[in-house]
Amino acid sequence: MRNFASVRAWCTRGLVALAALAAAAAAWAQEPIRVGSFLAVTGPASFLGDPEQKTLQMQIDKINADGGVLGRKLELVAYDSAGDAEKARTFVKRLIEQDKVDVIVGGSSTGETMAAIPLAEAAGIPFISLAGSVAIVEPVKKWVFKTPHTDRMACDKIFVDMKARGVSKAALISGSGGFDKSMRAECLKVAGNHGITIVADETYGAADTDMTAQLTKIKGSGAQAVMNPGFGQGPAIVTRNYRQVGLTQPLYQSHGVASKEYIKLSGEAAEGVRLPAAALLVSELLPANDPQKPVVTKYRADYEAKYKSDVSTFGGHAYDGLMIYVNAVKAAGSTDKAKVRDAIEATKGYVGTGGIVNMSPTDHLGLDLSAFRMLEIRNGTWTLVK
Amino acid sequence: MGGAWLQFVAGGLTAGAIYALVALGFSIVYNASHAINFAQGEFVMAGGMSAVSLVGMGLPLWAAVPLAVAAAALVGLLVQRLALEPAQAGGRADVVTLIIITIGVSLFLRGAAQVLWDKGIHPLPSFSGSTPITVGGASIVPQSLWVLGGTALAVLVLAWFFNRTLYGKAMRAAAVNPLAAQLMGVSTRGVMRTSFALAGALGALGGVLTAPITFTAYDVGVMLGLKGFAAAMLGGLGSFGGAVAGGLLLGLLESFGAGVISSAYKDALAFVVILAVLFLMPGGLVGARRTERV
Repeated sequence: MRNFASVRAWCTRGLVALAALAAAAAAWAQEPIRVGSFLAVTGPASFLGDPEQKTLQMQIDKINADGGVLGRKLELVAYDSAGDAEKARTFVKRLIEQDKVDVIVGGSSTGETMAAIPLAEAAGIPFISLAGSVAIVEPVKKWVFKTPHTDRMACDKIFVDMKARGVSKAALISGSGGFDKSMRAECLKVAGNHGITIVADETYGAADTDMTAQLTKIKGSGAQAVMNPGFGQGPAIVTRNYRQVGLTQPLYQSHGVASKEYIKLSGEAAEGVRLPAAALLVSELLPANDPQKPVVTKYRADYEAKYKSDVSTFGGHAYDGLMIYVNAVKAAGSTDKAKVRDAIEATKGYVGTGGIVNMSPTDHLGLDLSAFRMLEIRNGTWTLVK
Repeated sequence: MGGAWLQFVAGGLTAGAIYALVALGFSIVYNASHAINFAQGEFVMAGGMSAVSLVGMGLPLWAAVPLAVAAAALVGLLVQRLALEPAQAGGRADVVTLIIITIGVSLFLRGAAQVLWDKGIHPLPSFSGSTPITVGGASIVPQSLWVLGGTALAVLVLAWFFNRTLYGKAMRAAAVNPLAAQLMGVSTRGVMRTSFALAGALGALGGVLTAPITFTAYDVGVMLGLKGFAAAMLGGLGSFGGAVAGGLLLGLLESFGAGVISSAYKDALAFVVILAVLFLMPGGLVGARRTERV
């Protein structure tokens, strides 16, 4: 009987607790939707994290000024991971356990994202990554999505362009960062599909200041074109050294350097360099009937007016991540994590800065090769390759 | 193939000259205080970034470069005056304490640079154009000659200062035996300040000369500091000839490692050679055999 009494006592207490919860829930209806983020705002990948954070803040302010989502305001909880995977892990733990965020939109680099995935999966929280590697969404993970085009798509785009120019032997020179290594591996994997042989495969360190030795080796390899997966100052030094050692073959850079900074750092040496990039960079070059034109033009104007600095595709990835989440919340009619996850997975025809997104249970990225435009640098600025 | 080898030499010497300038800064401070100044790389950054912002303000290069070097010398002086002197005030501070203070200073300087400037990467215009010069199959950017020439000049000036001037000799005396030097009327405090100012100027010179080739950013000091330290150890800490030899050798090792063997292992190769040298010659290539003071 004592057992029965204690069960009853528990039930009563449970009911009281439930009532309290219900009361709290009513109050919560006015609570903001908490968008968690961890970005490399400082450190070597700051050129990714800085525009990403600025974009999230700008876009959230804008949405709040227009009345928020489902009558609730958005609140950004962002941490600076400095591009460090270990820090990223700690911050994601904090976002989930202490800040109790509704979604995580963040992870500037692949390393940070990979460190965060197990936590997001275990906690069952939608996680939209802003990092490049295909490994983030392949194999598909239930709670993990991403907005930037993958490095494999960049490789495909470049090889298609090389092939069109009659190249069958290409050389790779890549940095030693996570992005560089991942893209190098993807390119090596898919080169054969395009009938291209990689005749030289050189690397350089993240803080290296001279790549003439590697390029001299490439010069003797018989490569008809050279491709440089990497970001930061490395590709700019490669570009300058490339002209210095007298290489005249076409040079391809990756979407990792699709910012004006690369042109500024490389100077004249950047003339004729080709790279795949999102529509955002060339919004003014897009034909008027391009579906992405209104979106990218608006985002770009907003960003440049607010921060007085050039827009970059990386900020665009953050824009897409946030908007895909917001649209999913509207479609689901709640911030319930499981429902929102399903709604994100059902995203169809979202026109973003990175391309037109069609997600599915087997594709948590939803972009195809048309998301990339092949650009060539002419007279110190981008031009579209037809 | 001859052209390729020459190219490796050119690339290696240019990179090596930067390491040598950083290593010289380590040696000067080491001689004066027996401490390793881990903020040495930050002096390189301070010089490069100052030059970039001075040029950005519209100053011509010939004015911006000396000003940037002077600014970094001032930073060096302030580091000694504000961060290290208070610790040294109560008699001779422990060397380990000084080293830890310099680590703190390096973090502070890096943070200050982020606030003062930004987190971006900045180029400096080349001093005399960027049309490569071809020498026997190798092509060199004119800036490389500036780097090599600037380093050579800095070494000559240092040699003259330490061997031919009274104050330079006093600094050497203070390095050998601080107490005796002090009894002879040499101000060890002055020596310490001068050595930090010199270290700052040398680092900045490296930063300014190389910024047109390698660009500069708030965090370039980290890796350059490490490489410069390795070069100083390789050559023999405290020896100027050793610092230069160590720097150039490290640059050549990296360049040939990347060009001849494998670019993936070039850093490993360089460090394996350094380990081997230090194993056989613990004092470094040129380092004098020192007797341990107990």
